Amino acid sequence: MTSAVPDMAPDQPEGGPPGGPPAPPLWAEVALGQVLPQQSHRVTRATLVRYAGASGDFNVIHWSSRIAQSVGLPDVIAHGMLTLALAGRIVTDWVGDPGRVVELTGRMTAPVVVPDDDLGVILDVSAEVTEKRADRLVRVAIQARVGDLRVLGRADAVLRLG
Amino acid sequence: MGLNVEYVGRTYTAGAGMAPGVPVAPGAGVEPFLVGRQKVREFATAVGDTNPLSHDLDAARAAGYPDLVAPPTFAIILHFAAMDPAFADPGLGLDYSRLVHGTQEFHYRRPIVAGDALIAVATIEQIRARGGHDLLTVRADIEAAGEHVVTTRSVVIIRGIEQDSP
Repeated sequence: MTSAVPDMAPDQPEGGPPGGPPAPPLWAEVALGQVLPQQSHRVTRATLVRYAGASGDFNVIHWSSRIAQSVGLPDVIAHGMLTLALAGRIVTDWVGDPGRVVELTGRMTAPVVVPDDDLGVILDVSAEVTEKRADRLVRVAIQARVGDLRVLGRADAVLRLG
Repeated sequence: MGLNVEYVGRTYTAGAGMAPGVPVAPGAGVEPFLVGRQKVREFATAVGDTNPLSHDLDAARAAGYPDLVAPPTFAIILHFAAMDPAFADPGLGLDYSRLVHGTQEFHYRRPIVAGDALIAVATIEQIRARGGHDLLTVRADIEAAGEHVVTTRSVVIIRGIEQDSP
């Protein structure tokens, strides 16, 4: 590890080339069961509209209460892929480089219902290292909840560390 | 079972400018999906990802990438683009408004970067019924210039009319 870059944000890991990403965690220094820094993400209707446009997923259940309820949902729900993308940030932020994600998997076990207000819902994400493999790979299990409700099952990522 | 099980094994190809519902032979005359820098930035912003590698060209190049690096779930754009012709095919019998995304996998050989010209070939791997719902498994093999980039796999749930909990 090199010394910290002077103008780097204090909460980022030190090292890495100037202008490049922070150095990833070192495989040799990562412990089984190690817990990653937790994250929380606010999801509002505006988040869904932005994600619909960026992803091209315009399924009407993600923006129309009327249609969502007509097919038996409580209200508009978030795109499952938005939930997985937000949950996945716990690992990409940890390794500092999306290119170090070798696998990402998630099962959308409960819909994230998003009310039509300014507060929306909060997605709480936690993760821990569950496997160390050869070739500097680790597997990280990811938990995502809205309140006490688990919204992802069997979510995990395989990452290539430094 | 609302879905036509005879569709297992069918393939659909997606690049850009596809006409919905028109199956195309794999790789045959499909215009690739050209990954633009602004699309990478837009997608990263939509998932709240401020990583400089997805926004700042100098940062991406300093890290050894040829261009901006897409977030891991970016490949879902190609996955859905490849599935769209299947979804729109009346022979499959899929009610889009009853569709809920069940499971998603991404298996990367390398990350998607801006400038990639991507072709996705989707294959219907499995159709099965469970608890009054239909489950549809689709794999998409995504490549750039003949080189494998990422394989994606989804299970989508077509919720049964009688049962209104997903």
